[in-house]
Amino acid sequence: MTKLTLQIEGERYVVVTRRFAASPEAVYRAHTDPTVVQKWCTGPEGWTMPVCINDAQPGGKIRYEWADGEGNGFYLTGEFIELEPFQRIVHVERMHLPDPTPDNHIETRFAPDGDGTLMTMRMTLPDEKTRSMMLSTGMEHGMEASYVRLESMMIC
Amino acid sequence: MVRSTTQPQLDALFSALADPTRRAILTRLARGEATVMQLAKPFDISQPAISRHLKVLERAGLIVRSVDGAKRPCRLVKTGVEAIDQWLSMLRESLERNYDQLDEILAQTSPPKKGKEKQ
Repeated sequence: MTKLTLQIEGERYVVVTRRFAASPEAVYRAHTDPTVVQKWCTGPEGWTMPVCINDAQPGGKIRYEWADGEGNGFYLTGEFIELEPFQRIVHVERMHLPDPTPDNHIETRFAPDGDGTLMTMRMTLPDEKTRSMMLSTGMEHGMEASYVRLESMMIC
Repeated sequence: MVRSTTQPQLDALFSALADPTRRAILTRLARGEATVMQLAKPFDISQPAISRHLKVLERAGLIVRSVDGAKRPCRLVKTGVEAIDQWLSMLRESLERNYDQLDEILAQTSPPKKGKEKQ
């Protein structure tokens, strides 16, 4: 039922795929227009992104700030490295919790798939300390219901 | 709120899971405990090679081996698997939520047939 897959690749990567019922161009634009990113990239239930800077050009800055409306928040900064319009975005990002986490290097590809788009995002696996910090920011809220089954990781 | 103590050796866990043979061993052990000999059989690789894989899985906290008895059967440790589940679940939940929202935006901005050129 769910269109998202999430798999471990090698020792240091997580690969996420997701299909969208829109053209690669539309999905790419939704990743590179800050006014659009701000609407969908809100993270956990109940959170919003009050600040969204997304300067989609090589060397362009990224800054996302999230808030839960109850005084809790964290932010992310990054830089775009490579952009191939409607096909591929390479960027680095780090979370500030508030200390910056190690750089996460992310490659996102948008490929035509029938009348839609298959997006493949390959990211660096954060180290244990980073994961612990992420889990302690409140991002785990509402996560209890869903479990990734071990079997699904074993297909890769 | 702080859960760091529930995140043991995750780097070792991910390394252990990176290998297809080790994942297959875990799949086998999910059905019940097994000895090195039993594990080596379906994989067509030597027992020493299986033993090396088992050591990696053991260090990662994914399996334990009985101390007594010459056969030293192996079995899965549930908590190792759950530690990975917790982090991946968080990532999956966040992404699913984000992309479901993106679906709605895409449905509004690009009609099914010919999408209008925006801006």
